[in-house]
Amino acid sequence: MSSLEPGEIERFLYREARLADEHDYDGWEALWTDDALYWVPAGGPDVDPESQMSVIYDNRSRIRTRISQLKTGKRYSQSPPSNMRRLISNVEVVAVEGTDTVAEANFVLVESRERGTTLWSGRATYRLRRVEDDIRLAYKKVVLVNSAEALSTLAFLI
Amino acid sequence: MTVQYSELIQPERVHGSLYTDPSIFAEELERIWYRTWVCVGHVSEVARPGDYVRKNVAAQDVIMTRSADGEVGLLLNRCAHRGNLVCEDRRGNSSSFRCPYHGWTYRNTGELLGYPYNQGYGGKNKLELGLGRVPRVDIYQGFVFASFAAEGPTLKEHLGAAAGELDRLARLSPEGEVELTAGWLRHRAKANWKLLVENETDGYHPQFVHGSVFSVTGSPIGALYSDKSTAVTRDLGGGHSENDLRPEFRRAARPMGWFGTSEARVPDYVAKMRALHGEQAEEILIEGAPHVMVFPNLFIAEISVFTIQPTAVDETVQNVTAVQLKGAPEMNRRLLSQCVGSVGPAGMLLADDSEMYERNQRGMAARRPEWLDIRRGVGRERIDENGFRIGAANDETGMRGFWAHYRGLMEEGAAQ
Ligand code: FES
Ligand SMILES: [Fe+2]
Repeated sequence: MSSLEPGEIERFLYREARLADEHDYDGWEALWTDDALYWVPAGGPDVDPESQMSVIYDNRSRIRTRISQLKTGKRYSQSPPSNMRRLISNVEVVAVEGTDTVAEANFVLVESRERGTTLWSGRATYRLRRVEDDIRLAYKKVVLVNSAEALSTLAFLI
Repeated sequence: MTVQYSELIQPERVHGSLYTDPSIFAEELERIWYRTWVCVGHVSEVARPGDYVRKNVAAQDVIMTRSADGEVGLLLNRCAHRGNLVCEDRRGNSSSFRCPYHGWTYRNTGELLGYPYNQGYGGKNKLELGLGRVPRVDIYQGFVFASFAAEGPTLKEHLGAAAGELDRLARLSPEGEVELTAGWLRHRAKANWKLLVENETDGYHPQFVHGSVFSVTGSPIGALYSDKSTAVTRDLGGGHSENDLRPEFRRAARPMGWFGTSEARVPDYVAKMRALHGEQAEEILIEGAPHVMVFPNLFIAEISVFTIQPTAVDETVQNVTAVQLKGAPEMNRRLLSQCVGSVGPAGMLLADDSEMYERNQRGMAARRPEWLDIRRGVGRERIDENGFRIGAANDETGMRGFWAHYRGLMEEGAAQ
């Protein structure tokens, strides 16, 4: 059985979403484990990231670089930052593997910036790990519904 | 009223309407995009007979195919019956295309193979119809180019000195071939295509636009474009331009330094290159890959290949993929990883370039001062040993070369 209590998964996903929406870069980065993988495929959901282009394919060290860049205040594609809010829904646990729970959820995200309002949506897969009293994120894959189309700049945390 | 391009394009400034006027955009499609040589893709994307992939030349939906006898061709994606798309999948393998509307079928070289209920046409093989073909297709170092003009300069003539830069990229492969097999990111920007082209070899912006990532990674790239840099901006003629960083790489004299790594990290690759090139290997490994903008839409930034596709006067899609070198798996993993980190909608470099294109486009809605200035470095240009105009690393020499060629094409087009 899942080492996570009922409701814990949703609470974690909502918190992760809020930290990203509110550009709480340190808070968001602190969610990740050392073996983290943050992946946004391009061209479809199952394209091999080791041989094909991805929108984002970050290991832990690249997540750190990405966050550090955002925190300079001169990451112009997020300075000024986008205003955004996302809804998370249709949460399902798809696997329990030792201390890890793999969950999936749909999201709808509305992004507003001077360019205009952009609607982003997709399904994300999360690998959540119980670490002492806390839950950490070991893996997040975000499959955009329009991953095969031309995308606008997406420099915020998705 | 006809546009007087010689008034809008002057040696040291260009008029803002060139980026915002829809009628100028319409003329550009005819006089540049459907006339000169435009890069569509690479032969490695259709490696096997029957392979096909959908591409674009501006608004033209084009299918790049590989026929049974190995020829690469470009078909227009429009049924000869009533104009439906004949190919909906982005890529695949098939010897024929079947239009879903009324079932006409075509060979992947464009000939009409058949149509259902043929008595309505008096029997089989009665129609002299087929898919449209791009009139001229030619290939250089595997890059596939299209020209919608039946006549005009050859691809070799169009590429001119830029051909040498494609050679320089290909020779980084131990087998002498580039492969573009990593798929394309497609990045949409609300900006006129020329803002992207001009930015590609603008050495003035990196320190500012990319300072955020240079500072957190300790990247030496910014310094290559500083006021102290010995790198040059070169007008290669034909609208092509490059940032030639070799003077800086030669000064550092570190094999693989151009790629931000050392030979110890990629020992198999370096060994293969030395075995192949002997003494010349040092020069190749030190000088690395080009940073070149090939008019009007192919941009190679060392490890990444971009094609630019204008979709409206104020909207452009920039396609990008990682350079992959045939016979160099050790390099290819690193090339892909660095490229993914840098380019596309979330790239640590290109997301910020694209933000600048978009702000640039919005800025030009203001009515004054009307002009964009391109005079930087005019007073310190030189002619190099091969007769090309060069400026300092952060001068606007490349832009001036672009505009001279653009103006020629737009004026000739009007005269036709
Ligand atoms: S439009 Fe293609 S078969 Fe009719
Ligand atoms: Fe840039």
